[in-house]
Amino acid sequence: MPVSFLNLKMTEQTPLRKSSLISDQEAENITRVEELAYEIKVQEVMTPNPITMTTSMKMREVLEQFRVARISGAPIVEEGQLIGIISIEDLIRCLIKADLEAEIQKYMTHNPFTVKGDDPVVEALKMFVSTKVGRLPVINKEGQLIGILTKGDITRGLLKALQQDYQTEEVRRYRASHLFEDIESERTSLILRYNIKAGDFTHGGEASSKIKRALSRMGASPQIARRCGIATYEAEMNLIIHTTEGGVIRVEIEPHQISIDVYDSGPGIQDVELAMKPGYSTASEKVRELGFGAGMGLVNISRCVDIMKLESVWGKGTRLRMKIFLKKEDTVGEGHAAKSLEEK
Amino acid sequence: MMNLEQVIQALDLKVLTEQKPFNEILPTTGYAADLLSCVMTGASRGGLWVTLQAHSNIVAVAALLELSAIIITEGAQPDEATIQKANEQGVVLLSSQQDTYRVVGRLWELGIR
Repeated sequence: MPVSFLNLKMTEQTPLRKSSLISDQEAENITRVEELAYEIKVQEVMTPNPITMTTSMKMREVLEQFRVARISGAPIVEEGQLIGIISIEDLIRCLIKADLEAEIQKYMTHNPFTVKGDDPVVEALKMFVSTKVGRLPVINKEGQLIGILTKGDITRGLLKALQQDYQTEEVRRYRASHLFEDIESERTSLILRYNIKAGDFTHGGEASSKIKRALSRMGASPQIARRCGIATYEAEMNLIIHTTEGGVIRVEIEPHQISIDVYDSGPGIQDVELAMKPGYSTASEKVRELGFGAGMGLVNISRCVDIMKLESVWGKGTRLRMKIFLKKEDTVGEGHAAKSLEEK
Repeated sequence: MMNLEQVIQALDLKVLTEQKPFNEILPTTGYAADLLSCVMTGASRGGLWVTLQAHSNIVAVAALLELSAIIITEGAQPDEATIQKANEQGVVLLSSQQDTYRVVGRLWELGIR
C-alpha cells in the first residue's frame, strides 16, 4: 500500500537504512518514506511517558492540566492499564454545556484505538486514516501504556530518519571524492577486486553496478561511470557465461585513469580475432535464451574504453585489459579502442 | 512530450515494481531487443526498453544504462527476486499482454521516437 502522507523532496539519493544499497537512478523519495514507514517502529517516534489522567478526576482538572502542560489530549490510566482517552474536543463539548464539575468518565472515550510499540509506523498511519483520531495511545504487549503518538510525531520521526540517511550518504560521497586529495603519495590508486563465479547468472551485473556506484561516489562524471559500467558488465557476463572456474575483475582507479583487468583460468578463446567480430559468439543455446550470446560483448567494450588488449591462450585462460582515461583531452568520444580496432 | 504515467495509461501496462511519481519520468526514446548486448549498444539513457525477457539480468542492464523503464511483453512474468532487485536498483518494470511489435507500434504512435 503506498503511503502518501508526506510529500518530501530531496535532491540527493538516500541509501536504504539497513542494506545501504542505493539505487542507481534518481532516488524516489516518496518510496523511501514508504520504506521507512515499514522499517521504523512506533516506539521510536512516539512521545514516551505522556501525561496521564485518572478516572477520579473532574473535567475542571483536565482543563487545568491541558492548559499547564499545553497538550490537547491525554490517556486515562487505572492501575497501569489504559482505559480511555480524553481530548480537547471532549473538553470543548463539556465547556459548551458548562459542565466542568462532571467526572472525566462522562466525556472520555472508553476503549480507545491503540497501537503497539513494536508495530511499524505504517500500521499507525493506516489507523489514523481509518479512524480519523488525532492521537493514538501506544501500549506494550501487556497492554500497559508506554507512550502517545500523533501524526506530527510520525512526520518528525520520518524526517529525522531521512536526514540521517542523507547525511550518511553525503559523508560517504565527501570522503570518497576527497580520497585522492587527502592521501599524499607519488602515485595513489584505489584497487577494487571482484571474484566472479562461473554460471552465476543470479548475481550477473552486481560487480559492474558496484564499480559504477563507486566511481559515482568518487566524483567521476556520469559518462565515465556509465562507460566503465558497460565495459565491466560485458566482461563480468563473459566470466559468468564462458569460464570454467570464474575469474576476477580488478579495477584500479587513479586520478588520471581507470585500468580494468579481467582474467580467468580457462578455457580461453580459440580465435581472438574471430571473437572480436560483431555477432560472433560461442554461447550455448541455453544461455542465448536468456538473451546473452549476441556476439556484441567485446565490441561494446571496445566502444567504451580508450585502450583494450585481449590475450588468450586456449586451455589456459584469458586476460582482458582495458583503460579509460579521465582527462578530456585523452579521450575521443565514447573511447579510443573502437577506433583503433577499425583502423587495424 | 508523453510522461511515463500517460504511457502506462495509454498502453494499459501493469506496474510490477513500486509506485513512483511516473508523471515526472519522461521517456526520451525507445529500444526493442531481447539480446542484452544489443541493448547495451543500442538503448539510450532515459529510454524505454521493450523486451520479452523477464529474468533478473534485465535489471542490471537497465540500471547500468539508466533506462526510464522496461516494458516486458506477452505477459511474461519476472520472478519475485527480479522485482525485488529492480526495486533496490530503482528500475521500473512494466508488463504488457501484447507482443513487442504492437507495443512498439503504440509507443511510436504516442510520439516516443
